[in-house]
Amino acid sequence: MAQIPESQQKVKFYQTGTFTVGNRLLDAEHRNVQATMDRCNSLDSGHRACQGCGEALGARFAIDAAMRASNNQLIAANATGCLEVFTTPYPQTAWSMPWIHSLFGNASAVASGIAAALKAKGREDVRVIAQGGDGGTTDIGFGCLSGTFDRNDDVLYICYNNQAYMNTGVQRSSATPGAARTATTMPVGKNPGNVFGTGKNVPLVAMAHQIPYVATASVHDLHDLEYKVTRAMEVRGARYIEIFVPCPLGWGSKPGDTVKLARLAVESGMYPLFEAEDGEITGVTKIRRHVAVSEYLKLQRRFAHVFKPDNAHQLEQLEAIAERNIRRFDLVSAEGEEE
Amino acid sequence: MLKQVEGSHAVAEAVALCRPEVISAYPITPQTHIVEDLGTMVKAGAIENCEFMLVESEFGALSACIGSSAAGARSYTATSSQGMLFMMEAVYNASGMGLPIVMTVGNRAIGAPINIWNDWGDSMSARDGGWLQLFVESNQQAVDVHIQAFRLAEKLSLPVMVCMDGFILTHSYSQVDIPEQAQVDEFLPPFEPRQVLDPASPLSMGAMVGPEAFTEVRFLSHQKQLDALDLIPQQAAEFEAIFGRDSGGLIKEFDSAGAETVVITLGSVVGTMKEVLAGMRDEGHSIGALTIRSFRPFPSAALLEALKDAKRVIVFEKCLAVGMGGIVSMNVRMALKDQPIKVQSVIGGLGGRPITRAGLRRMFEKGLNDQLEEPHFHDIDMSIVERELEREKSQLRSGSIAENVLHDVGVVAAAKTI
Ligand SMILES: Cc1ncc(C[n+]2csc(CCOP(=O)(O)OP(=O)(O)O)c2C)c(N)n1
Ligand code: SF4
Ligand SMILES: [Mg+2]
Repeated sequence: MAQIPESQQKVKFYQTGTFTVGNRLLDAEHRNVQATMDRCNSLDSGHRACQGCGEALGARFAIDAAMRASNNQLIAANATGCLEVFTTPYPQTAWSMPWIHSLFGNASAVASGIAAALKAKGREDVRVIAQGGDGGTTDIGFGCLSGTFDRNDDVLYICYNNQAYMNTGVQRSSATPGAARTATTMPVGKNPGNVFGTGKNVPLVAMAHQIPYVATASVHDLHDLEYKVTRAMEVRGARYIEIFVPCPLGWGSKPGDTVKLARLAVESGMYPLFEAEDGEITGVTKIRRHVAVSEYLKLQRRFAHVFKPDNAHQLEQLEAIAERNIRRFDLVSAEGEEE
Repeated sequence: MLKQVEGSHAVAEAVALCRPEVISAYPITPQTHIVEDLGTMVKAGAIENCEFMLVESEFGALSACIGSSAAGARSYTATSSQGMLFMMEAVYNASGMGLPIVMTVGNRAIGAPINIWNDWGDSMSARDGGWLQLFVESNQQAVDVHIQAFRLAEKLSLPVMVCMDGFILTHSYSQVDIPEQAQVDEFLPPFEPRQVLDPASPLSMGAMVGPEAFTEVRFLSHQKQLDALDLIPQQAAEFEAIFGRDSGGLIKEFDSAGAETVVITLGSVVGTMKEVLAGMRDEGHSIGALTIRSFRPFPSAALLEALKDAKRVIVFEKCLAVGMGGIVSMNVRMALKDQPIKVQSVIGGLGGRPITRAGLRRMFEKGLNDQLEEPHFHDIDMSIVERELEREKSQLRSGSIAENVLHDVGVVAAAKTI
């Protein structure tokens, strides 16, 4: 990332295992929010997410970073979904910040309303985020989301993309990749799993609204995730960040592989990380160590069938998608792998 | 100040006087003029410290109000017909969360067949949605009830719908006394929310409640509405003391006290009825009218009291529970279940069908002789209905009912008979 300060660039994180590392290698001011004593724990422990839940990890880092950026003056509107359900079974709540859940499809509109209220009251020091899963964002909440973008309301929308409707038992959403097994795209018939050639890329759709800031991030690179949230908070208007959050339950993966899977998705080209301002791409995270798509797929039972000889064409289709991403976003530098 | 204005404009002025902080707007006839006028006022700086939001749908409109109200801002929107259905999930959500949003419903029929004209299908579709529903008879009352609605909503921490007949009120010009700002400020204090999203004291709103508490939560929303049965008349009295007008309240009697036959209705149609009934009284009939101003909460006790001398009730309503019958009459019957009063149910004015004095007179006369079938469809042309039933019997692919029926009425039918 071009924005990483000089001092930090000296430190390279070659993560090979599943552990996020690095804070102790950095000078104090470049350590991430979670490594500091003054982190807010906005999403506190004791919630009921599954072990290894990428969404819980992503939310904790994203919201704490947004809290720091807003001087703890932050209100969140949450869509229905795992994040809402596992954090707030009344009378308990895992949120130590003002937080509202209204409906599945209206988080961005509720957030827009909060932002309007704050503006009317002259409280623009208080910032607003909306958050939801991929289903709540790319499908049922899409109309409201587009409205928030259209009006350029002062809201940061964070989508936790685990590529299916997890809370209702793993059904396909428009963010589910081809071939993936879900409860509504079972691995049966000629083309098992989800069909290819469907779905939508909401970060690109967000860019088409010419909003000031759009980014994708992943829970394997928490420094980058925090940087992007912090960057988004420096800007006023509608902003969109999509965080790639593996879901052990829905993907059939080991809880301990969540961070590894997030990294493999990015390093294989399956999930490109980029930033865009006013509709133009301004930064791309280059792939450090290009890995085969199969490395990423083989750790997930939702893709088990693509390794059967009869379904070799599905594996090829997935590889073609990764290649297209690499081409389209220029994910591998011309000189070869980044040193 | 007395003004000759369109009903929608009068409502916009009333809402502006209430110092709203967030207004969300989406076009649908016949409420559109209200939000257009409010938008102009905000843009021109006539309403201070107010955000006017142009949203992408009615679902977005009410959802934005949910957010703004939860953040402590006095919030307003308006809708009609399909818009009400489009926002329905948010309708229940706003009341479930106890957010004191005020919404005008410019009452209009619900399609299919799509129809822009007045009936109460839209408000009635939300009658169990947990909002207070106040129906108004005139544009003056629309103005007055909006001012009361904000105070009621905020006092109860519940949302309120002000229901006004589409076109008949929203688009008609009449003389309306628009109150002074000082009067409204005296009546309506600034909004002090019961719960608010505030970084200074974080709370979680809208979380999950299981079987262990859901019944009690629902009971409390029911109880709150029942409490409003006291609050609504109280507020109407306080309103009268400041503004000098009797507006609002649970019910309004029009020469119904002591009458043997009482016609019960909602909204503006009582205007036409009053004239017909006055004529009938002159001829010696013991008949009067009564409007239900608060449909939710339903004023059962007030009705019982008002009907203590009545022998017969004719409920006239512009809505229909398909497969059941009248909706208002169902509620009235429930209130009168232990009384020896005959209730006749009349469904009329659907999709904007004009309600004429002559038609009302014919219907009332039948009612006085207990001859109205159950339910009675006012001014229905049964020959057209029978022709369609015949068609369906004789052909399998009989086509669209709505289109067929239209072929049998109006210009098309007239051309055929030449
Ligand atoms: C209007 C409506 N339709 C359907 C549902 C059921 N529902 C609740 S959560 C959910 C899935 C959420 O999926 P996603 O947004 O991807 O979040 P995740 O649980 O995967 O984090 C669904 C379908 C609902 N609550 N409301
Ligand atoms: S189902 Fe997936 S997203 Fe939901 S809590 Fe479990 S791991 Fe997290
Ligand atoms: Mg999901």
